[in-house]
Amino acid sequence: MSVLAVAEHRRGEVRDVSYELVTAGRRLADGLGGELNLLVVGGDVDGFAEDLNRDGVDTVYTVDDGEEFNHGIHAAAIERLHADLEPTALVAPNSVDGLDYAPAVAQRLDVPLVTDVIDFEVDGGGIEVTREQYGGKVETTYQVDADQYAVTVRPAEWPQAEDRGDAAVEPIDVDVGGESGTTVNGFEEVGGGDVDITEADVLVSIGRGIEEAENLPLVEELADTLGATLSSSRPIVDNEWLPKNRQVGQSGKVVTPDVYIAIGISGAVQHVAGMKGADTIVAINTDPNAPIYDIADYGIVDDLFDVVPALIEEFGGDPPEV
Amino acid sequence: MKVLVTVKEVAEVDDEFQISGLDVDDGSLEYDLNEWDDYAVEEAVQLSEADDDVEVVTVTIGPERAEETIRMALAKGADRAVRVWDDNLADAGFLDVDTKAALLAAVAEAEAPDIVFSGVQAGDDANGATGVALAERLGFEWAAVVNDFELDRDADVASVRRELEGGVEELTDVELPAVFTIQTGINEPRYASLRGIRQAQRKELEVRTIDDVGLDESVLESPVDRTDMYEPASEGDATYWEGSPEETAGELAAFLRDEGVVSS
Repeated sequence: MSVLAVAEHRRGEVRDVSYELVTAGRRLADGLGGELNLLVVGGDVDGFAEDLNRDGVDTVYTVDDGEEFNHGIHAAAIERLHADLEPTALVAPNSVDGLDYAPAVAQRLDVPLVTDVIDFEVDGGGIEVTREQYGGKVETTYQVDADQYAVTVRPAEWPQAEDRGDAAVEPIDVDVGGESGTTVNGFEEVGGGDVDITEADVLVSIGRGIEEAENLPLVEELADTLGATLSSSRPIVDNEWLPKNRQVGQSGKVVTPDVYIAIGISGAVQHVAGMKGADTIVAINTDPNAPIYDIADYGIVDDLFDVVPALIEEFGGDPPEV
Repeated sequence: MKVLVTVKEVAEVDDEFQISGLDVDDGSLEYDLNEWDDYAVEEAVQLSEADDDVEVVTVTIGPERAEETIRMALAKGADRAVRVWDDNLADAGFLDVDTKAALLAAVAEAEAPDIVFSGVQAGDDANGATGVALAERLGFEWAAVVNDFELDRDADVASVRRELEGGVEELTDVELPAVFTIQTGINEPRYASLRGIRQAQRKELEVRTIDDVGLDESVLESPVDRTDMYEPASEGDATYWEGSPEETAGELAAFLRDEGVVSS
């Protein structure tokens, strides 16, 4: 009744989600009354195993193959170790890489998979997991009745395990089985440029609620009036209304300003991941159920096209007609 | 060359909604083409515009209501559509990743595409897993969360960018046949033209049952069951400013001045 959790690293560093996985994995292992085993594949596996040796980990298995993530090698390594350990639960991060191998591995192992889990309860022969649906407006629970199953856990939902542990480290050899049809050629940083939103004390941040590019002058004027920097959620950048360097969130920048004014932003989990560290969060949104209000300190449930002009006028500005 | 695009009709929840049983009450739901799939359709249509011999086929698991969404994909330039549905699927309710991947794989095996485009996730249940599970079932290569796609037809290789966390992109070559899960922002999805909408009415939209695609009801068996749906208790302790826009803006302005954010 053990747990096998797959750690993640990139460009020479163990990613934070791996330490969260230790916390979640230990809780799951305690529920099952078994061991927590980690697997780390590729890169400086000895160094990574040292980093991952946190309290609660029984064994760190290492596969020294390749430098960076490759889903073919990951899948082969997990398959091999899964056959040896026969874990009840396979746990992976619900990260971009996690979602690049976990669904394939679950198919290959013929175990049910539930992704983006935010909570779980071990009961009897299975597990009950909690996840979000409809953009975070509801939560759902699922009962998984299987002897073996796989889950991916949402990043930043469990605290990182910090205390040093006394795990055994065990290298294993895996035959990947021929050439992989997928070749990783490198990485590129995107979203550079002259504006660094991570340096701003005050961010005026806009989302889908702005509706059209033609309405941008309204929030630009507000940012100017407040001496703030303009940032945005993903859809604004997808539409190319603002450049990538303005994007706050999981695939954009993580910001920690003194004040974050979220205007017309619903607060999807990927966005919240990038701004929940702000000292004070103010939300302006017409939807009283928008998830952004779960983390906001102050809220105005009203139309941004009424509130923002009034705010500009409060500071003696002249709101543009949009 | 054939491109298969998985297209889902997703439910969006109104601002005010009711939950009845294990799902949001149908009266509180509106249906639309999944946002990620809109980008996937566009990526496929662009390939067919670049080369005359590219056929774009969409595949959807969904009830008759979904045909409005499917016609929209056809109006944007897909050549024909397959919709998988029958009474057993209608009675099944929640479908897990495995079931969806199995149904899509059955259609894909018959179609034998070179490329499958799938959205990264669906806006409603956000599993983010069906495309990669489908690839494994088909024995295809794959890449998840793709935000740039360049095809080398001579080499049968796609050079893609995978959008990782924190503004980092991975540059990856993938041998065809392969499944790519498409991220929003990869292109600019077109609006259907009136001409496209008229043409879409005449395009083939074939409905297949579980039996038609060569499977049986056992595909619906799942060890995963939804047991509850509820509105999460608000974790928030936000202070709400209420009143007219002038009043709420005044409260916010006073707060910003108190914080020393704005001096004027």
